Amino acid sequence: MNALAQDPVRSVVQSVDWLTIAPPTLAALGALAVLVADLFLPERRKPLLGPVTVAVLALAALSLLPLRSGDRTTFCLTADPAVCSYVADPFTLAVQFLVLGAALIAALLSMTAVRDEALPRGEYWFLLLASAAGAALLPAARDLTTLIVALEVASLPSFALVGLRRADGRSSEAALKFFLSSVTATAVSLMGVSFVYAATGSLHLDRVAEELRDTAPGLDTLAATGVALTLVGFAFKTAAVPFHSWVPDTYAGAPLPVAAYLSVIGKAVGFSGLILVTVRAFPSYGHVWGPALAVLAALTMTGGNVAALRQRPERAHSAVRLLAWSSVGQAGYLLVPIAAAAYAAEPGRAVGATVAYALMYAAVNLGAFAVAAHVGRTAAANRITDYRGLYAAHPPTALALAFFLLCLAGLPPGIIGLFAKVAVFSTAVDAGLGWLAAVMAVNVVIALYYYLAWTAQLFRAPAPAPAAAPAPAPAPVRVAAPLTAAIALTGLIAVGLSGAPQLALRFAADVLL
Amino acid sequence: MRLLLAAVVVLPLLGAGAALLPAPPGLRGRSPEQAVLRHGVTVTGAVLAATAVLALGFDHDRPGTMQAETDIGWIPALGVRIHLGTDGVSLPLLVLTALLTFLCALYSYHRPPEGPRPQAFVALVLLLEAGTLATFAVLDLMLFFLAFETVLIPMYFLIARWGGAGRERAAWRFVLYTLLGSVVMLLGLLLVGLGAEGGPTFDMTALAEDGGRGLTHTTQLLAALAIGIGLAVKTPMWPLHSWLPDAHTAAPTVGSVLLAGVLLKMGTYGFVRIVLPVVPDGIHTLAPYLAAFAVTGIIYGSLACLALSRSGAGGDLKRLIAYSSVGHMGFVLLGVATLTRTGVNGALFANIAHGLITGLLFFLVGAVKDRTGTTDLDRLALGGGGERGGERGGECGGGAALYGRAPRLGGLLAFGAVASLGLPGLAGFWGEMLALLGAYHPADGLSRPAYLVFMALAALGTLLTAAYLLVVVRRVCMGTPHAPGAAPAPGTALPDVRGHEFAAWIPLVVLTVLAGLWPAILLGLTDPAVQNLLPGVSR
Repeated sequence: MNALAQDPVRSVVQSVDWLTIAPPTLAALGALAVLVADLFLPERRKPLLGPVTVAVLALAALSLLPLRSGDRTTFCLTADPAVCSYVADPFTLAVQFLVLGAALIAALLSMTAVRDEALPRGEYWFLLLASAAGAALLPAARDLTTLIVALEVASLPSFALVGLRRADGRSSEAALKFFLSSVTATAVSLMGVSFVYAATGSLHLDRVAEELRDTAPGLDTLAATGVALTLVGFAFKTAAVPFHSWVPDTYAGAPLPVAAYLSVIGKAVGFSGLILVTVRAFPSYGHVWGPALAVLAALTMTGGNVAALRQRPERAHSAVRLLAWSSVGQAGYLLVPIAAAAYAAEPGRAVGATVAYALMYAAVNLGAFAVAAHVGRTAAANRITDYRGLYAAHPPTALALAFFLLCLAGLPPGIIGLFAKVAVFSTAVDAGLGWLAAVMAVNVVIALYYYLAWTAQLFRAPAPAPAAAPAPAPAPVRVAAPLTAAIALTGLIAVGLSGAPQLALRFAADVLL
Repeated sequence: MRLLLAAVVVLPLLGAGAALLPAPPGLRGRSPEQAVLRHGVTVTGAVLAATAVLALGFDHDRPGTMQAETDIGWIPALGVRIHLGTDGVSLPLLVLTALLTFLCALYSYHRPPEGPRPQAFVALVLLLEAGTLATFAVLDLMLFFLAFETVLIPMYFLIARWGGAGRERAAWRFVLYTLLGSVVMLLGLLLVGLGAEGGPTFDMTALAEDGGRGLTHTTQLLAALAIGIGLAVKTPMWPLHSWLPDAHTAAPTVGSVLLAGVLLKMGTYGFVRIVLPVVPDGIHTLAPYLAAFAVTGIIYGSLACLALSRSGAGGDLKRLIAYSSVGHMGFVLLGVATLTRTGVNGALFANIAHGLITGLLFFLVGAVKDRTGTTDLDRLALGGGGERGGERGGECGGGAALYGRAPRLGGLLAFGAVASLGLPGLAGFWGEMLALLGAYHPADGLSRPAYLVFMALAALGTLLTAAYLLVVVRRVCMGTPHAPGAAPAPGTALPDVRGHEFAAWIPLVVLTVLAGLWPAILLGLTDPAVQNLLPGVSR
């Protein structure tokens, strides 16, 4: 607030600070450029669009650097410059970095998939960049309209991405399922927003927070209902139980890089939206959303982990399904600090653990998807049993996947996973949510079981080839260059964070909002 | 000194990484396998030398204070610091760990493990060593947890890939039980660290100085319970022990030696280092229950062993020693649960003694298995020809006749068994006696009659222990190698102890005798440290 108050600009037209809004803007412009270029490029030049996308995302991520110095605001009300629609504070920057970095790695994964599966290039890269632009806008949004618009900008292209494999019925079905449930959730959220607007007369988060502090007695129920309903849309994107049923089919039906993209960026969109509306807009209704989110977190982690536990390793697409369900479980951990924020003296500090955890999760989960993408090139069914003996065939890949899985499990040598969990645990213990910490502990053990079972597969001796087939001895497929880059990048981040966990965990100690 | 302690922890870690790389020219040896096994011996030898220098450089006049301390910030966000140090409690355990790992490496060098690549084997053993040494050397709760967990992955793979029958299931059980316990322990550690007086801290020395001030009794109780459960799984305490027999039975010899000799100690060390000083009120309330479970474990372990040692029960020697560990660790827990200096000193002594003796026993059983191909007591006894003899078989006649077939091996086995049953003059005696003595006069506020009952039951346990170990000695070592009068049947003679086996076992035998005849060598170290951990306790 102090930083906002320093801005002395007063004019009739809202001022625009282009540098501040550069990260989402660059991604959006890049999306348009790719779409236009697709029209004019000859077919043989179209593979260039992939590297262009990666470059755009890298540029957008680099544009975060000049913003590090302090809080910047833009799109402020001319009448009250302290109330702004776009704020680049540490929280915004951290989530934007996460989103753009994750989109970059997802783009690296996509290069191979777009070529192998002959996906329409121009559309694919346009949709990816457009969605990333929306996801990068969302954490900066400080009014409810911008939030919902950003949520939709991030979501709508992803429906199309999921359904992009035109020939594949499963893909279209997944897209339809995803689309219908997502639209319903957004509609419910919009209704919640309208209730909140009716009760407070404002859409700016800070103003809403002020108004909600003393709502008129008659409007209390309306406001509380509005608060609860607003959360639904974001909980859906986070894939919180009971809004999760789209996840496994969508992940398994979508092209694999899209599943990877959704598992990280979809969640980032969801949790950053949740943090903004709960901590910034509805702090006085902590008694409504605090317990609700705590229950949601407990249900989400339990539901996701139990379902992941029940995945049979020999089923088709079991690797992606397991990652899908485990991402639901991980979403539960991401929700814990947000729920704890309702009880904490400094809510801005509590949610930092979510950001720290999300950074760890993003790197590690994308890494796991990258290895899955590699294995998927030789074993189309991508079953967990296909990973048996990976260490014998591809030692570095297998070691990387083992490391990612152990990070997700939170077991040494995956030190960053362990300490990110410790940070989340400590917010729960601090907030007096002992029961939630206990539920989380049980879930950590459940998750350990299936992560370890998968890790153990990697190191088992390769399955003996069926005697009937005159084995044509498939030459070990080399890891495609973009996949290598993605695995190496995520691996380096994960190892680096394990050596110096402070890099991610400092968000857990800072006041972000 | 500071660098030395840090090196002790880091060296095996680096060695583990190096083991996976191809050997540099000049160190190739006869084959990659031989080179990497030699690498294991070199690294563990260097670590042992470093701990020996550490022990020599240790200021024996003030073993109660932390020495060789390193304290560097690591994760300020969580208040986690890289804080290393050693005192009279941890120094013997560091030396024991380094020694046992070195002996294991030496043993594997001459007798490579049966299974896949030895490169991975050596790397895992070194990682295991790094984890255990770190557990005993760190003074930060979060690092302790990290080190405590680090040993799981290597031990899992050691059992699952180099083990015997039923290894995958046993390895799973081991990992899942321990993980379940340690997650609960993590909650307890957080409860202690976050609620500490003067802001969150995970520093063990600071928390021990606070002695639980700033924590309510309920918090202390919850924390002691949560941490205690995690440690009790590892120790293992009855009824949380059921992973142990399977893991030991399935593990390769080296895995069993390290599991019994070192890994179990991490649990009891945690009790002494963390639970006693940090949450004194909590453990004071829980102590009688802990003692009750400990005594149940003693009786249960020895009864299980008696049942296994009976003729016709199909008992497995490794399983029997595993159950005997449950009993022995029961004595350690009983000593801790008395909350007296006598008891805790006894516990620490019994800890080391158990590491030496059980390590030796597992080595010996591994050797028996190598020679006869089985660890099944009945088949062993049959193989010797004694129990086949008919009229003298059955109750007291037969046995595998190790004395006759491999006299030195038989003698060592008998020595191990006798040491394990607590014969005065050997290491096993002092710890258990001090634990019983502590129970005779427990700390103020604990019910003395209850502890007297515990003491009586534990004493009964020592009798049962003696009984089954003597049965084992009779069935394995005694008996006639061949029917009297007949010529020795071909194949009944066994190769006796080889040179490398002597090299691996003699240090354990010597230390067992030394600690038995001169207990002050250990007690002089532990007692002042225990005084610091138990302030205000006079006995």
